[in-house]
Amino acid sequence: MISVKHVFKTFGSGAAATTALDDVSLEVARGEIFGVIGQSGAGKSTLIRAINLLERPNSGTVTVDGEELTRLSPDQLRLARRKIGMVFQHFNLLAGRTAQGNVELGLEIAGVGGAERRRRSLEILDLVGLADKAGAYPAELSGGQKQRVGIARALAGNPRILLSDEATSALDPETTRSILDLVKTINVQLGLTVLLITHEMDVVKRVCDSAAMLENGRILEQGSIVSLISTPGSRLAHELFPLGEIAPHPGNTVIEITFSGGSADRPVIAQLARSYGLDVSILGAAVETIGGNQAGRTRLELPGTPLFNAAPINDLRGQGLLVEIVGDGAVVQGAHA
Amino acid sequence: MIDPTAPGFWPGLFQVLLVGTGETLYMVGVAVLVTVLVGLPLGILLVGTERGGLFEAPFGSRPLGRVVNRVLEFVVNLGRSVPFIILMVALIPFTRLVIGTFIGSTAAIVPLAVVAIPFFARMVEIAIKEVDSGLVEAAESLGATRWQIVAKVLVPESLSPLILGLSTTVTSIINFSAMVGTVAGGGLGQVAIQYGYQRYSTIHMVAVIILIFIIVMMLQGLATWLARRFSHRARPARSRAAVPTAI
Repeated sequence: MISVKHVFKTFGSGAAATTALDDVSLEVARGEIFGVIGQSGAGKSTLIRAINLLERPNSGTVTVDGEELTRLSPDQLRLARRKIGMVFQHFNLLAGRTAQGNVELGLEIAGVGGAERRRRSLEILDLVGLADKAGAYPAELSGGQKQRVGIARALAGNPRILLSDEATSALDPETTRSILDLVKTINVQLGLTVLLITHEMDVVKRVCDSAAMLENGRILEQGSIVSLISTPGSRLAHELFPLGEIAPHPGNTVIEITFSGGSADRPVIAQLARSYGLDVSILGAAVETIGGNQAGRTRLELPGTPLFNAAPINDLRGQGLLVEIVGDGAVVQGAHA
Repeated sequence: MIDPTAPGFWPGLFQVLLVGTGETLYMVGVAVLVTVLVGLPLGILLVGTERGGLFEAPFGSRPLGRVVNRVLEFVVNLGRSVPFIILMVALIPFTRLVIGTFIGSTAAIVPLAVVAIPFFARMVEIAIKEVDSGLVEAAESLGATRWQIVAKVLVPESLSPLILGLSTTVTSIINFSAMVGTVAGGGLGQVAIQYGYQRYSTIHMVAVIILIFIIVMMLQGLATWLARRFSHRARPARSRAAVPTAI
């Protein structure tokens, strides 16, 4: 649905030039919620603005729904943008217009007639749960309500895609959850493809089907959450399930087991202890519901060296679990934290 | 010297003030109209042709945008730096060309508009610059053209400061309109010069001051009321209780 290929974007020139996007390629499938996560300054904002060409890349192509936006004329691009809704961190609502007036803005721009504008804007305000606030000005609305208006404005023109630029970053945790639930609802109800950028792992956990990690303008990894979880050494997976740092006893083996899908509800550790008579210690564990499935990671300490524990580790791998040996007792890399 | 006890003094004063007020309102009114019609687009272009602005590259040409910006900046600075009394005299040939004469209230409109346009253009520039660039971005993301962004975002969102800026501009036009009285431009300024100064009538002088004061006060009151009416930012205390806190 969205295909970004080899996109470069540099700001400034000469010695002062900074590279915001460095050979970024991205594939977002139809109907999914795709999250791009990264620290501030990683290039997320530039990336999402490159999708509807608010920021035009220096090179590379952006294709949305089969239409290569980077080849369009300015007039064609304006028409294409009407099919790409966008919501913003700071809402960007017109202070002089009511909630309804803000939702009607895009319809006015598209030349939709007055009666149809009113009908459509009220319908969409109802969808985002703000039917009773149609006449309120943004100054009279809470942050969450403002973002609902922002989402309604983005949806009014029946877009195929919703771009979300840190839409929940200015909201408190509870409001964030309600907005994310709304995004999920419209994703399902309207079959909308959503590309969101965020610096909060919780956002990815809560709604995303796929994710990419952006650092210094480069995509480090991307894919569906399920496949990322079962990828050895995936940084995204490690950050989805942070285990912290716990110093093990010297001479022992530290392993990390990643569970996903059906394996999450099996008594793996109890079996391990019973079958091999091992004194297993749990150093850390994180379990989350991702995409409706239980998934998680556990860090275990087994007595003895990895060589000594080869049989139980192979047994675990034989059960389809992802097992990584993260320390042989001497040093534990705390890098995943 | 005019004798206030002479018969017909008060009706005469009344008549003179009425005509003077009418002329002042006429020349100020038309000058304001011209100022808005020219100054508003000028101010918008002044901001728009700046680096990263909406009209940074008119007709796809960046050098053209830069040239337009430089020229406008120059014209505005020039217009703002020449003292009005000099401008008024210097413009006489131009006024003659446009109006056919340089005497009377209609002719006075030309220098008044010429001095007010750059002033108002700066006010417009300041007001438009205050508009959050995120709003422009939001309109762009909805597929707006540049003119739609001007008409639906920039101007409506800066309406309050625009109104206040216009009110300041009108006040200074009223101020300058008194000066055109010295060169037979008519209006309350001419009443003050002819009667108050040349014929030592304190009553005329005081009456003109009071009238101009009343006009400016009414104007300022109207502008403040309108600006508040169009501002939906900070709500007054009375409606604060109605602001919801839930999601």
